[in-house]
Amino acid sequence: MADFLMPSLGADMDRGTILQWHKRPGDRIERGEIVVLVDTDKAEIEVESFTAGWLEEVLVREGETVPVGTAIAHIRTGEAEKPAAPVVPEMRPAPAVTPPPPPTRSPAPAPTPERVVPPAGQRIHASPLARRLAGDLGVDLAAVIGSGPEGAITRDDVERVAARRAAAVPAVSRPAAAPPAVARADKQATMRSAIAAAMERAHREIPQYYLATRVDLSRALAWLTEQNASRPLAERVLPVALFLKAVAKAAVEVPEVNGFWREGAFVPGEGVNIGVIVSLRQGGILAPALHDVSRMSVTSLFSAFRDLVARARAGKLRSSDVAGGTITVTSLGDQGVETVYGVIMPPQVALVGFGRISEQPFAEHGLLGVKPVVEITLSADHRASDGHRGGRFLSAIARLLQEPESL
Amino acid sequence: MTREQLRALALDALCDIAPEADPSALRGSIALRDQLDLDSMDFLNFLVAVHQRTGVEIPEADYGKLATLDQLVAYLAHKLGVA
Repeated sequence: MADFLMPSLGADMDRGTILQWHKRPGDRIERGEIVVLVDTDKAEIEVESFTAGWLEEVLVREGETVPVGTAIAHIRTGEAEKPAAPVVPEMRPAPAVTPPPPPTRSPAPAPTPERVVPPAGQRIHASPLARRLAGDLGVDLAAVIGSGPEGAITRDDVERVAARRAAAVPAVSRPAAAPPAVARADKQATMRSAIAAAMERAHREIPQYYLATRVDLSRALAWLTEQNASRPLAERVLPVALFLKAVAKAAVEVPEVNGFWREGAFVPGEGVNIGVIVSLRQGGILAPALHDVSRMSVTSLFSAFRDLVARARAGKLRSSDVAGGTITVTSLGDQGVETVYGVIMPPQVALVGFGRISEQPFAEHGLLGVKPVVEITLSADHRASDGHRGGRFLSAIARLLQEPESL
Repeated sequence: MTREQLRALALDALCDIAPEADPSALRGSIALRDQLDLDSMDFLNFLVAVHQRTGVEIPEADYGKLATLDQLVAYLAHKLGVA
């Protein structure tokens, strides 16, 4: 038997809300399978199982918020066939998943023509967005008829019921029903405070030092242009893929920047998992991770990166995406500034920043030319490494970018 | 396909990538990336979407000719033989 814990999905997460269980008691769970959808203060994340087994008992119901590390379910572990027969009947209880409890902020739902109470034990199908909106608007999902696939409740269904109720119920009896705009503002505020907590911790605990170097990208960009010329649009690679690969290989050479500072000691990362800062259009940032980057080809790395950014922006990250970052890269992109001095994401010990690629005067071998140049910065934890090694790390990135074909 | 249809199709693809964009407020002669917060990944995704909807191949060397909506429509019209 193992406890399934509320995972830490990022250094800035200290609690999570269960939005939806994807498994019921008695269900088989494979390693890596999505078990539950959790809302952190920043995003909705699909949490995968690290172990194989059977879901024995759900301890935290949908809609409830618990601190990181809280047991949210019991899993009976085991890779093999189902256990011997006598145990099975008791171990497969009638589905115990009840309709989610009415959100605490909601008033009792007013009777509406839609009110249909599902038979006990029947699961309510609703999109995560609809669930959250229902919580925000104080709508009981059990009272909503879904119009989505297989009767799933959609955002529109929730809004329709809320609007009808608003028309039917005197305003005074709807104390906490927040309009969607306020719900979005709430989410913005919680994301802001989650970022604030992580950044405060970084500045409070980490003695950071900062280094910068300018790199001529002529060779790297020429190589990339040549590669992209023979590729269809959707398979073309952006310079950021070279940056990520160079960082990963340099981190293998200078391992002091790749890992964590924990309880007074440096713990090296297993593999190079690069957390990439993704800015969201509505504001705020997420830092999902690309795993084992030093072993990926530039092409597959870029396709994984594109997929990760798309999922981050669509709110479809999985727990394996957000866990395990050993070093962070931020690239403010080609619209941005020349230089970025970032803040380390604790408990990591380094963050690499890439500014905009711009044409600049660049002297080399006694000749002055105009070159595409990028400024690369390192913010590093002085407890884990010294400036000398940090400098070696940056130099390694610069050197690797001069040999794009071997990245 | 007319130029108006090409413009509508491009705007449609753009709004998928930048949902906050107001198509009626976009100026055809000003670079898209000066009007919208598009990074290089967004721009690549935009061109991929335009390609998927029109079938027009857009070599990387031509990206520079596609900064504004007017330029993009003219480029697509030329490639598709639209008057």
